[in-house]
Amino acid sequence: MDMRVKKLKLVLVGNGMAGVRTLEELLKIDPDVYDITVFGAEPHPNYNRIMLSPVLAGEQTIDEIVLNPWSWYEANGITVHAGWKVFEVDRVRRLVRAGDGNGGLVETPYDRLLLCTGSDPFMIPVPGKDLEGVIAYRDIADTQNMIDTAKTHRHAVVIGGGLLGLEAANGLMLRGMTVTVVHVNAWLMDRQLDETAGGLLRQSLEARGLKFRLGAHTQELIGDADDGKAGRVRAIRFKDGNEEAADLVVMAVGIRPNVKLAESMRLHCNRGIVVTDTLQTVTDARIYAVGECAAHRGIAYGLVAPLFEQAKVAANHLAEMGYGRYLGSLTSTKLKVTGIDLFSAGNFTGGEGTEEIVLSDPLGGVYKKLVIKDDKLVGACLFGDTADGGWYYQLLREGSSVNGIRETLMFGDVGPC
Amino acid sequence: MLENRHMQETRSTCPYCGVGCGVVIESDGEQITGVRGDPDHPANFGRLCTKGSTLHLTATAEVTLQTRLLQPMQRLQRDAAPQPVAWNTALDTAADKFAQVIADHGPDAVGFYISGQLLTEDYYVFNKLAKGLIGTNNVDTNSRLCMSSAVAGYKKTLGADAPPACYDDFNDADCLFIVGSNTAWAHPILFRRIEDAKRANPAMKIVVVDPRRTDTCEIADLHLPIQPGTDVMLFHGLLHLMLREGWTKPDYIAAHTSGFDALEATVRDCTPERVAQICGIDEAALIEAARLFATSPATLSLYCQGLNQSSWGTAKNATLINLHLATAQLGRPGAGPFSLTGQPNAMGGREVGGMANLLSAHRDLTNPAHRAEVAALWGIDSVPSQPGKTAVEMFQAAADGEIKALWISCTNPAQSMPDQATVRRALERCEFVVVQEAFATTATCSYADLLLPATTWGEKVGTVTNSERRISRVRPAVAAPGETRHDWSAVTDFAQRLEARMAARAMTLFPYALDSEAGAEAIWNEHRETTRGRDLDITGLSWSMLETQGPQQWPLPEGATTGCVRLYEDSIFPTPDGRARFFDAPFKPVAEARDARFPFSLNSGRLRDQWHGMSRTGTLGRLFGHAPEPVVQMNPLDMARCQIGEGALVEVASRRGAVVLPAQGSTDIGMSQSYIAMHWGEEALSGRSTDGGRVAGINALTTSAYCPDSKQPELKHAAVRITKAELPWSMVTAAWLPADRVLSVQQALRMLMSEFHFASCVPFGSGAPLQAGVPEPSGLLFRAAGLEAPPAELLTCIEALMGLATADVMHYSDAQHGQRRRMRLARPTPGSDETRLEGFLLAGDTRAEAWIKALLLDRLPAQSFGRQLLRPGATPPAGIAARGKLVCSCFGVTETAIDDLLQQTAGDDTQRLACLQESLKCGTNCGSCIPELKRRVRNIAIVAVAA
Repeated sequence: MDMRVKKLKLVLVGNGMAGVRTLEELLKIDPDVYDITVFGAEPHPNYNRIMLSPVLAGEQTIDEIVLNPWSWYEANGITVHAGWKVFEVDRVRRLVRAGDGNGGLVETPYDRLLLCTGSDPFMIPVPGKDLEGVIAYRDIADTQNMIDTAKTHRHAVVIGGGLLGLEAANGLMLRGMTVTVVHVNAWLMDRQLDETAGGLLRQSLEARGLKFRLGAHTQELIGDADDGKAGRVRAIRFKDGNEEAADLVVMAVGIRPNVKLAESMRLHCNRGIVVTDTLQTVTDARIYAVGECAAHRGIAYGLVAPLFEQAKVAANHLAEMGYGRYLGSLTSTKLKVTGIDLFSAGNFTGGEGTEEIVLSDPLGGVYKKLVIKDDKLVGACLFGDTADGGWYYQLLREGSSVNGIRETLMFGDVGPC
Repeated sequence: MLENRHMQETRSTCPYCGVGCGVVIESDGEQITGVRGDPDHPANFGRLCTKGSTLHLTATAEVTLQTRLLQPMQRLQRDAAPQPVAWNTALDTAADKFAQVIADHGPDAVGFYISGQLLTEDYYVFNKLAKGLIGTNNVDTNSRLCMSSAVAGYKKTLGADAPPACYDDFNDADCLFIVGSNTAWAHPILFRRIEDAKRANPAMKIVVVDPRRTDTCEIADLHLPIQPGTDVMLFHGLLHLMLREGWTKPDYIAAHTSGFDALEATVRDCTPERVAQICGIDEAALIEAARLFATSPATLSLYCQGLNQSSWGTAKNATLINLHLATAQLGRPGAGPFSLTGQPNAMGGREVGGMANLLSAHRDLTNPAHRAEVAALWGIDSVPSQPGKTAVEMFQAAADGEIKALWISCTNPAQSMPDQATVRRALERCEFVVVQEAFATTATCSYADLLLPATTWGEKVGTVTNSERRISRVRPAVAAPGETRHDWSAVTDFAQRLEARMAARAMTLFPYALDSEAGAEAIWNEHRETTRGRDLDITGLSWSMLETQGPQQWPLPEGATTGCVRLYEDSIFPTPDGRARFFDAPFKPVAEARDARFPFSLNSGRLRDQWHGMSRTGTLGRLFGHAPEPVVQMNPLDMARCQIGEGALVEVASRRGAVVLPAQGSTDIGMSQSYIAMHWGEEALSGRSTDGGRVAGINALTTSAYCPDSKQPELKHAAVRITKAELPWSMVTAAWLPADRVLSVQQALRMLMSEFHFASCVPFGSGAPLQAGVPEPSGLLFRAAGLEAPPAELLTCIEALMGLATADVMHYSDAQHGQRRRMRLARPTPGSDETRLEGFLLAGDTRAEAWIKALLLDRLPAQSFGRQLLRPGATPPAGIAARGKLVCSCFGVTETAIDDLLQQTAGDDTQRLACLQESLKCGTNCGSCIPELKRRVRNIAIVAVAA
């Protein structure tokens, strides 16, 4: 059927979940449009980054979280350059140049370029951030570092009481470390939870043995060298003068879209590579960006579900179907700490024109908030019992009226009452 | 645990109805610990009803601390919270104010509104204070709402205010004619005696005349459900038939009576057809009633508020007595017209003349000789001749500004008086209102400028007289709590101070030792002296005789060794000619007939387990088991016609006011009639009235139209409109609360009732058997409804009061939809998983109350429900069977248990009742539930069970 004599060339920069999911979607639609080449900075096949926490917690192994083994690339005729870093793209000649860090260079031409460079963890610029034992939590290497440190050191401090920070803290605690979570806000996971749910989360994590310093601002990290400015981190000092022992400091205070390459290519970036509803960059229609590096309608998503939705649209367009449109995602969050059920989606903070339905069961450790606007469910925040999270997420996405089921909405999807 | 304390037993009387049962109060010297019937008291021989047997539970330290008025309080500004003052200051303030009003406006500008629950000694001092010292006859009592038609009826016919019969007559009667009395509920111990009599003499016939099919009808051979207010027509019709059939006793009429001819002419056109039509009864039943009354060897009629609380009440009483006179059914064992007294000492009050138209010892105010006798006895020049203002008139005068200072003692007019709008206007307009009370919780207390704390049951010293003219000693079991004082003592103290401010007198009129038993005895002795030569002569009686020989009936003149069991056995009556007089009165309908705008009759009456305004019974949740909440009862056919569902809120409106409350279907109520228990004052049933004030409970509706002779208002009938109340937002909250907090919370909630269109607030208790030494669990139920959800702060406030604001409370809220639900769960046994519901609040959709309330009240395990407890809707997540209404308060037996057992029990009615009593123990203690058990035995058939 395919009448084209010569396949187009597609180059993917970033061998992560967003990029490979786009390839998978593309292959599903039409496996024969492109010759595909993949560059990945990590020396691993595509793995499930969000499952690093279970790995850290000792619940899974790295092998178990690999999504696409080398054999998959081979079976689909994909050329992989794992451990190669793309350092330059010549948009005029449509060439990608990458190095393996040992002097090796490769140059690959493209007809379509897919940028999935992801994001970088944000390191707060405090004195001592470069000390030994101060790390981020982003990839397999960081995870391994933490696992190794837990065998030899006792005190861990995690800066950042968000999703990632808490998962790191929980993992380190399970690996035997004394862990203190330092968070600048008044309650944990303030971007996903309201104050009540954040409080409940803190209670249940404290019950497990984590310690917290909320509303704490980090002044500096102190090394074990005599002047405190070198060597391995020994303590963390706060602006109020308090100190906390720390043999390991994990910074999990957020991510920044990785746009270094895109900027060097002179693609328009604004908190991410700016893309259209077809995930094409606004600067160069041959170039697509998907995932955490992309800024769609001003939002760079850091969660997996939007990435997959973007992947579907990008694949549709790459396959020259052209009808898919990405209109933004509703996000939902789950904390991967075994035994703690937490779910939040949409606009769970409420605000102008919204109405709230709240259920709280303090003895049962359950809190649920549903936010409704114009008779539609627009947000949900669940703690302790997330069984209905999926249903709420579906209602959120469908955007249909919940008027008829409002009274029983809180009590789950059990059919009409 | 109190072994080291000396347990004491004190013989006294029950403070509730006029049966006047003797009680033995158990105490540890400081605290009342128990109560039982006095086996030697001739009124009850050891028996007590549901109310009497729980008296000690209304006298616990917790109840005292939360509900009693324990120190004098003064309100410097109306609406402000009253501040404690010393007795000295309080009485001086009162004396100054009264002296000033008397000086400025004359003695008739003050009034005393007192109570049939006061002791004879209290009454005596009040009466002497008003008529002897101040010189006004403005002293009247709540007996005016209770017995004054009976008094007038007796005086108009037999010549004296004296019930001629006695309780032993039940045993000798061949026919009991019970009219306008739900004896089974209002005088339970008498009903026990009636049951005994019927058992001993199964041939005894019982006729009950009552618009409602009450529990008293259970024992009746014949029930005449007459239309409200048609009693006189019925009695005339009966006399017509007796004459027609030759059942009257012309010899007796000729020898001992006068005035029969006029009456005969009046009843001539009261033909059975006409009477049956007007009264709404069967002609055959009418004839049967006439036959039973006239031809039984001995007929005893028993009657109460159904005859008294009427704008034609004197005629109702007197025309019933006509029947006794015409058939010579009196002056013999088992025969006579026997008025059952409502209050424990309405009799005693009248004996000392403590009413606006009476003088000491049944003397008449209008009789100059009587006035001179009393003046001589008191050592004063004269007593005022102008009749004083009776209850209704007194409040009307206060509302009109004529009475400027009002002293209210031991009664709660802001609950019990008809036409509350006028009563409240009176209390507000009056310059100075003194309320002398045992309980700080009554509606009237909020109108007082001065609150004087009084002793109450278990603390008082004095005497009372019951329905059968029997005088009993009231003895204190414990010391007066706080700064409370005996009413007579405080009034004596006040009288002495007022005396000092008035014209100089050589000797005080009030030479009684304050705060001592000697003082009370001195008052009683003075009272005794006033009875010399009167119909109630007790000059042969003394406190030492009461001590050694127990309670005695009057008359007991000097020289007699025992009281008089039965009056008029010689057929000589205390009239000038010694003849009884027939009372010729036409039939008059109710003051306010049903019409198109107000198409329902509103009847009122008592509940089995409550008494009066509930200031005492209302402190005990257990007593709400039988009738938990205010409702208006209607015939189910009327409800269907008006499209009113069971439990739906309705507005009951009369020409004077309106209340909102739930409707309850009952076939006991006739068509176009309705019934609300008289206990539900604003303390339990209120809301915001149209003018923004508080709804005053049931008496917002009633009329003050009164009998021209007795001045007793027609509390038993008002024409009302009943319409569905469209109040879309509703709330119900209930919680178990600690005994030392529950009644304070109730007070606080009452304050919030006027924030809603409708609100009711009642305690509840456990249905567990009454057990000595086991603390009674206590809870509160608050219900409200309105047009829209109230501000969240109000609900938050209610939640805090109900213990539903703690951090462990499970809750659900959807503010925009007015939905709010809270559940407080607790684990009663540490370590166990069993969780129980301790409290809940449902606002918005309250249908879940159907099953959640059962979880709470019956203390069922709730752990399996979890958050489903917050689910809306009437269907429980899993089967919860409510235990149902409490029938037997003593053993905590519910209707469900009774009906279940009956469905498996074969035999005749007697056997099945015996089986119930044996298996469930219900009805084997106080027996108050036996009529209801019998009804269930009859109505619940055995269900065949497949083998």
